[in-house]
Amino acid sequence: MTAVEEVPLSPAGNPIGFGNMKRVEDQRFVRGHGNYVDDVSLPGMVHGAILRSPFAHARINGIDTSRAEQLPGVLAVITGKVLEGIPRPDLLGDNFAWMPTLSYDTQAVLATDKVRFQGQEVAFVIATDRYIAKDALELIDVDYEPLEPVMDAKRAMEPGAPIIRDDKGQQDNSITDVHGHKDWESGNAIGTAEAIAAAQADPDCVVVTQEVMYPRVHPAPMETCGSVAFLDKVTGQLTLYTTSQAPHAHRTVYAMVAGLPEHKIRVISPDIGGGFGNKVGIYPGYVLSIVGSIVTGKPVKWMEDRNENLTSTSFARDYHMTGTIAATKEGKILAVDVDVLADHGAFNGVAQPTNYPAGFFHIFSGSYDYPNAHCKVTPVYTNKAPGGVAYACSFRITEAVYLIERLVDCLAAELGMDPAELRLKNLLRPEQFPYTSPTGWVYDSGQYENTMRLALEMADYDQLRREQAEKRARGEYMGIGLSFFTEGVGAGPRKDMDILGLGMADGIELRVHPTGKAVLRLSVQSQGQAHETTYAQIVAHELGIPPEDIEVVHGDTDQTPFGLGTYGSRSTPVSGAAAAVVSRKVKDKARQIAAAALECSPDDLEWQLGQWHVKGDPERAKTIQEIALLSHGSLELPDGVEGHLEATTVYNPPNLTYPYGCYVCVVDVDPGTGQVKVRRFIAVDDCGTRINPMVVEGQVHGGIADGIGMALMELIAFDEDGNCLGGSFMDYLLPTSMECPDYELGETVTPSPHHPIGAKGVGESATVGSPPAVVNAVIDAISPFGVRHADMPLTPANVWRAIQGRPVRVDMAVE
Amino acid sequence: MIPIAFDYVRPTTIPEAVAALVASGEDGKILAGGQSLMPVLRLRMAAPSVVIDCSEIADLQGVRDDGNSIVIGAGTTHHDVMNSPIVKEHSPLLAMATATVADPAIRHRGTLGGALAHADPAGDLPAVALALDGVLSVTGPNGSRDIAAADFFTDYFTTSMAEDEILVSVTLPKLGAGWGYHYEKFQRTAQGWAIVGVAAAVHRSNGNITAARIGLTNMAPSPVRASSVETALSGADATVKAVGDAAASAADGTRATSDLHAAADYREHLARVITKRAVLTAGGI
Repeated sequence: MTAVEEVPLSPAGNPIGFGNMKRVEDQRFVRGHGNYVDDVSLPGMVHGAILRSPFAHARINGIDTSRAEQLPGVLAVITGKVLEGIPRPDLLGDNFAWMPTLSYDTQAVLATDKVRFQGQEVAFVIATDRYIAKDALELIDVDYEPLEPVMDAKRAMEPGAPIIRDDKGQQDNSITDVHGHKDWESGNAIGTAEAIAAAQADPDCVVVTQEVMYPRVHPAPMETCGSVAFLDKVTGQLTLYTTSQAPHAHRTVYAMVAGLPEHKIRVISPDIGGGFGNKVGIYPGYVLSIVGSIVTGKPVKWMEDRNENLTSTSFARDYHMTGTIAATKEGKILAVDVDVLADHGAFNGVAQPTNYPAGFFHIFSGSYDYPNAHCKVTPVYTNKAPGGVAYACSFRITEAVYLIERLVDCLAAELGMDPAELRLKNLLRPEQFPYTSPTGWVYDSGQYENTMRLALEMADYDQLRREQAEKRARGEYMGIGLSFFTEGVGAGPRKDMDILGLGMADGIELRVHPTGKAVLRLSVQSQGQAHETTYAQIVAHELGIPPEDIEVVHGDTDQTPFGLGTYGSRSTPVSGAAAAVVSRKVKDKARQIAAAALECSPDDLEWQLGQWHVKGDPERAKTIQEIALLSHGSLELPDGVEGHLEATTVYNPPNLTYPYGCYVCVVDVDPGTGQVKVRRFIAVDDCGTRINPMVVEGQVHGGIADGIGMALMELIAFDEDGNCLGGSFMDYLLPTSMECPDYELGETVTPSPHHPIGAKGVGESATVGSPPAVVNAVIDAISPFGVRHADMPLTPANVWRAIQGRPVRVDMAVE
Repeated sequence: MIPIAFDYVRPTTIPEAVAALVASGEDGKILAGGQSLMPVLRLRMAAPSVVIDCSEIADLQGVRDDGNSIVIGAGTTHHDVMNSPIVKEHSPLLAMATATVADPAIRHRGTLGGALAHADPAGDLPAVALALDGVLSVTGPNGSRDIAAADFFTDYFTTSMAEDEILVSVTLPKLGAGWGYHYEKFQRTAQGWAIVGVAAAVHRSNGNITAARIGLTNMAPSPVRASSVETALSGADATVKAVGDAAASAADGTRATSDLHAAADYREHLARVITKRAVLTAGGI
């Protein structure tokens, strides 16, 4: 795309449309002037703190709060028993001790009968300052009766395993979705089974089966979760400042949960310090800050510390996957069958469209052309923290891509074929788009081979293979890993997708002021995605108004129209489309007004960026700024055209968008220590039209760092007593710039045919695509030791064990 | 940080600090750079009645040349230690190991004495003090005394200092001519704690290794000398094979623990691999 050079610059030097532009948000962030939830301070505000369970599974025989209540400065101590006494007049439950999750399950706000994971919320103290609130926690006496914890999803499925959700009358630890299913299937079960059986019987075919675990990780946003709630008893207005990626959806859920009138709830998400899905769900702490304000009549702030965030808020992954891939000996893939045991923790808190119970895992068939694919996902309760939406997971596309990309590499090893060659043989071809996958998804556009060949060329793949051969000959272990991923992002069409009954279309409002400056009001919520910059560029692209003249408002339900928020890479595919559509509505209205002013027919006008002019006579023109003033002035308007220049729209996407990419990772493995060094990382992404390439590249950088972290070091592990071993950054390791290489980025541009500006979501692409590239590279490096697979995280210790052929269970503590 | 309430004093002399420590009974805690104490306070894993901030005591600061040895004030920051011309000339192993401690922000606050008195088994500097036969000078209500590094570190986060004593300085014999040195630190991330660390000083003469001093980090509740490696190296050929043979016994006598980062058998393996690398580098082999 050469759009960058063609775009005119504004007086401030910004592109009037698409192109590189510095993030306007950074002006305040780099000066330390961001305004986060913990910066909010209201008159008379008091502070809450949560007492959390030290046990993963225990019965509560009693809670004595009397000593805590007597501590000077303590205003109230709330327990599950207190909440049980507050009736809730709605369809989702009887009282305030339980709340609905985003998957139609229930979750304890404060434990009443049992605690079901270590770190679960047991009591809430409200005090005049944070120090007293914490002190009071130590004065609460809880009589726990420890029960056997279930920390392993496989153990949870065994007959006789302790029942975790006895509160629901469960007889086992299975999870039933809203449609009544315990196993969630997609694809063609019979055809896939037959194809695999035929391949097994055919001497010209191979069948490879591999168990692959994607262990539990945590998004670990820089800012932990928190809220400030104030119920004004005079006006009846509840104002909630909160770390939410979806303020409108949260408001509606609060209305349903609390029985409060929705029009009396204002949810404000100020600056958010990273989300990655961690801030999609509603946590007990948010609810407790609201209850606390109701009880005390004062604004109540609750803010997690790091340990609370890592141990109790939404994790990601925890998928035990078994994949079987069948192919001809020439390397033509025939079928893939997948069986998953999904560890959902103690409450099924996954945020996913109702009709897709395993999220978008159904894209597991990948980027390849074969007819038969089937998957079965069996979810299960364990004594771990709930969640599962988090960490840039694209509704579990991350797991799907990891599995298929590992399977393809295992197949390549079995066939003795180069993994690049094997992929090129099987990639979908351009003429197959729109392509209906074996599980029914319709991929919108793609030119996969071009993208892959660019990545191989940037990497100088053949030379890398020669270098590897030379190094192996002298006992050095270098690995080259590939991944090719396709995501389906931008949830989603209202005919297919809802969350808790809320459709996934997004509203937007655009208002052009008399002087030609504009304000755009979004429903989506930036957590670092640069919406204030890129949405202004979309309007600039459509209307020719300089981006610096466009204010983007978001994060306040009183100031913005309804929509489902930012996660799953849905902002650009849904709200980005809405921004283009609403701009076009304004442009159409501007044409009517320009025609009136120029005394001609609207049909006689043509658009040139920033103005309507008479066809063939650019001198007879009205700029968008002039039209804005005219629209507010005394010009006689045609029948049916109202004054002012503004529009609203609700965008219902016709399909998901399908970004894709090819990544190449080069690692060096120290065979003495097992240490992996990522030497190079080449990422070619095709996310369609790039609104702001610099912002795209920033997202890709972050996603690759995420992927390196998950592949090599990040892990939420537990010991068999149920203790979480990843509760601090000393143990939950995150990559720093020192562990990450210089990224080598490339792009191809295949616009989405159904998106108004041809853009696709990209926020999670690199998080999805990079872990398999890193793991494939490490396995490639140590394949001379006979290693075909080893689970993430590929820590030095785990690589050392793999080299020795010693299997390791990565998700449980070493003895 | 939301710690349990505590009193805070900031003495400017060593006697004042000792007096404050005595007055606090058993519940006083010395604050040097705060890089270990503050996290512990934040996590409410410590509840001192009084925190005695020693960062303003001038007599705890600085590095001086003392003839055959150098003396480093306990309150000298890592940053100042690693940049001291005296340390760099006469105890370059300490300078090198100090440069691997955490990150620049921490090295500007954290102190040598704090790191030694804290006695974290994963800390880098105790193994260096041990390998170099350092002597630690402490002061308490009954006066001052010197403790050899070999007698100082006794267990996890435990030293032979009495509860009312303060670490004042560290004396390190100068490394003379013919000594090479290296600190090899194995860590999972650049700013992470040592999974295993090896502090090695090697003396060479006429193609042979004449003496070696090797301290191991995080291979036991407190730092240990790899004595059998030192013995094997004494008089050994300065060859890769000889060093490898000697390093094979690096884990002998250690008591490595298992944790999330490494099982004991992996730590023992690392001790052998890293000792070999450290000695080869230190010996210029």
